[in-house]
Amino acid sequence: MASSNSLMDSLFQRSLEDLIKGIRLQLHGESSFISKSLDEIRREIKSTDLSTKSIALQKLSYLAALHGVDMSWAAFHAVEVVSSSRFEDKRIGYHAIAQSFNDQTPVLLLITNQLRKDLNSSNEYEVSLALECLSRIGTDDLARDLTSEVFTLLGSSKAFVKKKAIGVVLRVFDKYPDAVKVCFKRLVENLESSDPHILSAVVGVFCELTTKDPRSYLPLAPEFYKILVDSRNNWVLIKVLKVFAKLASIEPRLAKKVADPICEHMRRNVGKSLLFECIRTVVSSLSDQETALKLAVARIRDFLVDDDPNLRYLGLHALSIVAPKHLWAVLENREAIVKALSDEDPNVKLEALHLLMAMVNEDNVSEISRILMNYALKSDLLFCNEVIASVLLACSRNSYEIIVDFDWYVSLLGEMARIPHCQRGQEIGHQLIDIGMRVKDARRELVRISRALLIDPALLGNQFLHPILSAAAWASGEYVEFSKTSYDIAEALLQPRTSLLPPSIRAIYIHSTFKVLVFSLKAYFSAQDSTSSPLVEESTNYVSSLVNAFTYESISSLVDMIELGLCSLSGTLDVEVQERAKNVLGFTGMIKHKIIEKVTSPESVIEASRAVAFMEDVFSEELGPVSSTAQEKVPLPDGLELNENLEDLQEICGEFLKPVVDSNSNSFSSSEKISFSVAKLRISDQLEASSSSSSHPPESASLLAEHRKRHGLYYLSSQKSDDHDDSNGNNNNTLNEYPPANEILADSFNPKKKMNQSKPRPVVVKLDEGDDIKMKPDGSSNHEPLSRAIQTALMGKGKEKEREKDNPERSLDSGTKEQSLRKDKKTKKKNGEKSSKHRSRRRSDKDASAAKPVDIVDFLL
Amino acid sequence: MTCLIMLASGIHFVLLVSRQGKVRLTKWYSPYAQKERSKVIRELSGVILNRGPKLCNFVEWRGYKVVYKRYASLYFCMCIDQEDNELEVLEIIHHYVEILDRYFGSVCELDLIFNFHKAYYILDELLIAGELQESSKKTVARIISAQDQLVEVAKEEASSISNIIAQATK
Repeated sequence: MASSNSLMDSLFQRSLEDLIKGIRLQLHGESSFISKSLDEIRREIKSTDLSTKSIALQKLSYLAALHGVDMSWAAFHAVEVVSSSRFEDKRIGYHAIAQSFNDQTPVLLLITNQLRKDLNSSNEYEVSLALECLSRIGTDDLARDLTSEVFTLLGSSKAFVKKKAIGVVLRVFDKYPDAVKVCFKRLVENLESSDPHILSAVVGVFCELTTKDPRSYLPLAPEFYKILVDSRNNWVLIKVLKVFAKLASIEPRLAKKVADPICEHMRRNVGKSLLFECIRTVVSSLSDQETALKLAVARIRDFLVDDDPNLRYLGLHALSIVAPKHLWAVLENREAIVKALSDEDPNVKLEALHLLMAMVNEDNVSEISRILMNYALKSDLLFCNEVIASVLLACSRNSYEIIVDFDWYVSLLGEMARIPHCQRGQEIGHQLIDIGMRVKDARRELVRISRALLIDPALLGNQFLHPILSAAAWASGEYVEFSKTSYDIAEALLQPRTSLLPPSIRAIYIHSTFKVLVFSLKAYFSAQDSTSSPLVEESTNYVSSLVNAFTYESISSLVDMIELGLCSLSGTLDVEVQERAKNVLGFTGMIKHKIIEKVTSPESVIEASRAVAFMEDVFSEELGPVSSTAQEKVPLPDGLELNENLEDLQEICGEFLKPVVDSNSNSFSSSEKISFSVAKLRISDQLEASSSSSSHPPESASLLAEHRKRHGLYYLSSQKSDDHDDSNGNNNNTLNEYPPANEILADSFNPKKKMNQSKPRPVVVKLDEGDDIKMKPDGSSNHEPLSRAIQTALMGKGKEKEREKDNPERSLDSGTKEQSLRKDKKTKKKNGEKSSKHRSRRRSDKDASAAKPVDIVDFLL
Repeated sequence: MTCLIMLASGIHFVLLVSRQGKVRLTKWYSPYAQKERSKVIRELSGVILNRGPKLCNFVEWRGYKVVYKRYASLYFCMCIDQEDNELEVLEIIHHYVEILDRYFGSVCELDLIFNFHKAYYILDELLIAGELQESSKKTVARIISAQDQLVEVAKEEASSISNIIAQATK
């Protein structure tokens, strides 16, 4: 029965062509046809007839390759098909294996013998199939078991086989480094092959090997050099150039040596691919060779103005490689780069943008930003945001290193918000706040820009800009003393369209309104005070107090407006908004009462002014920037059980705990850290003189101090406390005992740079420690077994007399090198070769522990 | 994707996609699971098919570069590392197309659809482990036709009815 089924399958089996035609006929529902075919394939593949099986497998490979069908289940059948004696079956089988096997395929062990058999086959095409398969699926075990076969094939007389064997070596070495001992010599010998295909294959292998671990292949430099000079084959030369790019970066003397032949190639009329490889080699590894670099940059210039977009792109790309070390090359091509910003091709535009950003320094930042903003206005959404992001990144790098004029920069940030496509609100908002905290001198402009942003009703509808508005609201509340008209700000903060904002940002709006109100009241009362007793306080601290002079009418209209704006919010669903609105309303209710009574009883004025002073204290702490690593510095307190089960608590607190938890998690949004402006940190010198804090020790501050005392453990320690005690010295309030949480330092001025600036750069507060630079794992460690094997192989070929075994790291003069040196004799000046070699050997013995091997010193002479 | 270790060097994969987004050939030199393969194809054909005719032939993609070129209705794409030479890969693509052209006699998309396995075998002669291994068009053509002959001989033997019956009844 089974056999007759199988007979039917064989006779009426769909061929691959039938399958393809069948799929093409399906206008709809390809997938149902495919799954039907898969059922057929599953049946056919179990057939005892190998050719039926192989056709089924071929169809399955087709479906897997083009329609994403899983074929891992057929792994065993593929192994069966490979064992067929017919070439076609074998080919189908190997193809399926190469396509679907991976290191985890369980039947992998079963093919070792089959591969060995085919590698030893007298039919070169079978050998080639097996080699191709091995190059794709070779595992540690396969590589180990088949090393000797690969070795034999490396010496094959048939170029067709030899070439593929060379290609496979790469995989074998990678999986089984010990194979180096066996095969490396034969591989190296092929570097002198006269057959260009063999040479291409072997150079390709060395190109990959060198990429992973350049140091091990330095001794082969003479062989590569010979190819570089003699070969006229583009493919080979490209690979050799890649090898030298790697070698020259670890052996500078080599760079000098190869610069000439590379220039020679660049001057010749070579193919563009080779020319580009020459350019790339020079800009990436030989950039210290002046003539070569100049020539390469000249060639890049040709690329930049070429009609072919590929060359324009690659030219820009090459410039971006050279930019960090030789900015002049970029500056020279500035026009072409700016022109490329309006290229059709987004890739070219992006590359040009990166280059422009590489050019940015403190002198040209405003000009480049101006150009870029114009492009951002005209560009599509994607590129526009790319431009904005690059400007933001370049300007903020290293605590705004390149920004001198912060007023300009803050207004630039404001401009960005108005670019229609702008979606980088998050970053812009972050920088607005960051600058507010770090750069005192920029605060006036910041408040001005913030006000402009807040009163623009168009911005409220764009959700990407909400973070900017949030930052603007915070800044105008926090630095309200710099504003000209606090009434305007309060009005902007309470405008009806703020209902478009998410609750977390609305909460910030309300809180800022609160700060504005407190400030205005403060100004009002101190004006009252100073009219009655001018000695009490100097109002010069409030720079704009003259403009902000409040009369009884204006202050009560402000209070009325705030009450009116907030009373509708006291019933909002969002608890954060509701609570803040109620806080403010409570305060206004109290104050308003006092202000009205003022006329009749002077005591209530004093009471009110005391209340205002109290609130003022709450807000007077200045916020500083917080280090990104601050959290890590907090030691874990003893007895803190974070993992303890909290279920007991839940049982006790039951239901009313839940909503509280919810509201907490809501408020822990981004707004959290900025909306609570009761600062834990006092940053030195400038605030003390202001307002009442020097006359009465502020209650809030002392509470804070109390808190610090009790929970000192949670606060950050500071090494800089002494400095700050000095600056606070005149001020004997309790805060002095508690040094600021953040270590800050003023940006050190670079005298050379400052010379020609009319306006000095304002102080930018920086945190002492940068972000921790994580130790990068040593890249070479991955390839350690292989590189050790290679180095041993190169050494083993030399005479053993040097006894370098103690120090396997250093591969020294090898036989290969000596041979090749002898061969190279005619091409090089060879005066005193012998003695110099001995000298070098002695030297290398001496600094065997030094990091740099001196093994190719003879070649470099 | 990010955790993938790229074992194969040089070219990571080869894709042939028609203008309508139909996949005509895929060859993976680096280990990608089946699911990833479909994802990669979808992602890349979305990017490449939407590019205009006058743009450059390179796309930056997931930290790699994809070099593509359109021949008639087919896009030939190869994925390489950042440091690899884009122009060289363009030449390899062109080379492959020329060999296909020589083999099929002015190749068209239909040739590749129905002889998809042959397109594979030719590619295998051109690249091994993602490295160019045969740069001579003539040699590739000769090797492929030699293998075709090998198959033909075997086929004649196998396809006789008596052989099939003998196989089935044994």
